[in-house]
Amino acid sequence: MKGNDIERKITIIGAGPAGLKAAITIADLGGEVLLVDENPYVGGQLVKQTHKFFGSKELYCGLRGFEIAKIFEEEIKKRSNIELFLNACAVGLYLENNKKIVALVKNEKLMKITTDVLIIATGAYENFLLFENNDLPGVYGAGAVQTLVNQYGVRPGKSCLMVGSGNIGLIVAYQLLQADIEVKAVIEILPKVTGWYVHYAKLKRCGVPILTSHTILKAIGKDEVEGAVICKVNRNLKPIKGTEKRLKVDFICLAVGLTPFTDLLWQINAKLLYIPELGGFVPYYDENYETSIPGIFVCGDVSGIEEASTAMIEGEIAGISAYEKIYGKRKETEALKEKKKKELFALRKGPHSKKILIGLKKLKNGY
Amino acid sequence: MPKENYNPRIEIHPILNFEKKKLVKFYFEGKEYYGYEDEPIACALIANGIKVFHITKEKKRKRGFFCAIGRCSSCLMKVDGKKNVMVCITRLKEGMKIERQ
Ligand SMILES: Cc1cc2nc3c(=O)[nH]c(=O)nc-3n(C[C@H](O)[C@H](O)[C@H](O)COP(=O)(O)OP(=O)(O)OC[C@H]3O[C@@H](n4cnc5c(N)ncnc54)[C@H](O)[C@@H]3O)c2cc1C
Repeated sequence: MKGNDIERKITIIGAGPAGLKAAITIADLGGEVLLVDENPYVGGQLVKQTHKFFGSKELYCGLRGFEIAKIFEEEIKKRSNIELFLNACAVGLYLENNKKIVALVKNEKLMKITTDVLIIATGAYENFLLFENNDLPGVYGAGAVQTLVNQYGVRPGKSCLMVGSGNIGLIVAYQLLQADIEVKAVIEILPKVTGWYVHYAKLKRCGVPILTSHTILKAIGKDEVEGAVICKVNRNLKPIKGTEKRLKVDFICLAVGLTPFTDLLWQINAKLLYIPELGGFVPYYDENYETSIPGIFVCGDVSGIEEASTAMIEGEIAGISAYEKIYGKRKETEALKEKKKKELFALRKGPHSKKILIGLKKLKNGY
Repeated sequence: MPKENYNPRIEIHPILNFEKKKLVKFYFEGKEYYGYEDEPIACALIANGIKVFHITKEKKRKRGFFCAIGRCSSCLMKVDGKKNVMVCITRLKEGMKIERQ
């Protein structure tokens, strides 16, 4: 164990868009940083995303997720003050005096990182849904299917039922069509589609039925999914008897939201708040993205489910704050942080950010 | 739309190019199969039409792949004699022996 122990000033867990931007920001301000990720590659969820991004040039508009991940890979390589550990999973977090101790399993060996400042950018995981036979092989997370199809070129089946019309549901349904897989329907329990209109319109143009006020009752099949039963719901979102319909599909995708991956924060008793608008339990953090534990910062999906562009800016702000904690504040760092905060504010102006803003207000008020 | 000659491996895609890696042999429940080196074991299984990854002890319910990012534990299998391996994030190597645990 001893030979594997290291000490660092700033450590970041998670090399998704949030953690990557944090690392680059710290490096460009002149700091040194260790970035760890459990995967053999950087990019987090970006590597499986094939749709083009919107927004500004700084946020890589016009590029596809996996292309952005490639750019990040190059940017990390270019900076000698970023140390990168891949195949390295943080499994434990402890506090000792003012230091943070990360238990890391790297290439199947346990090692100890003692760090002054820690940024947690661990992202999120997919939600599950309650219905009969939901454990049948062939009931997959939509993001999981995205991994199979876009990252590894494997079709999970021929014909799919997509449950959920948020952005992930809509985007993945379209990506299934691109992979020559039939999408029997996209169903949504609410009376209207919840994802962005652009993504909805693309599917509509391809003739995919998008059924609002519908839910899934059960999966059918002996060893694996052979079909699904869906039905209409009333205003209270309860199934309406007599409206059941059987669909012949060989897999079912669940795109019913994400939950922040907060395990490490629970371990150190950080203050967490239940805020449904942000995806469930999220860590409390201040305007510098510092949690209730001094020296521990968060950014990206782990601090509230949003999307990649906002995750990147949050990463930059958390990165600047972490840098200031070790190397001190400068006019330059303060000005940069203000600029980033403004960018984030501007990104959240659209109607789709309403929910996030409500959630953030609750977070600020501490309940 | 569903295809006559259904192939789980995507050959043609409007945006993506899947570089072919080395084809390797592996064993599932003693039978020989092929997959690409370093792809997640789960991908190789699904590409070979295998969707049932394990059967629960008491209720004998079948379980498969779910999250693909090492979070949900739905894909635990025995790999080269080692139990509880998450096959969605463990990479395929030549000669691997994969079993339902
Ligand atoms: C399955 C899935 C699919 C998605 N698809 C889309 C989409 O198509 N379009 C879209 O706009 N948004 C999508 N999202 C939303 C996406 O989460 C955000 O766009 C963005 O990726 C969030 O960035 P992040 O850096 O916070 O997290 P992530 O991109 O999730 O990155 C977190 C990284 O941390 C690593 N990590 C976590 N815990 C540890 C640990 N203990 N030790 C070491 N490493 C760890 C993870 O493996 C990952 O690489 C998807 C999310 C998920 C979960």
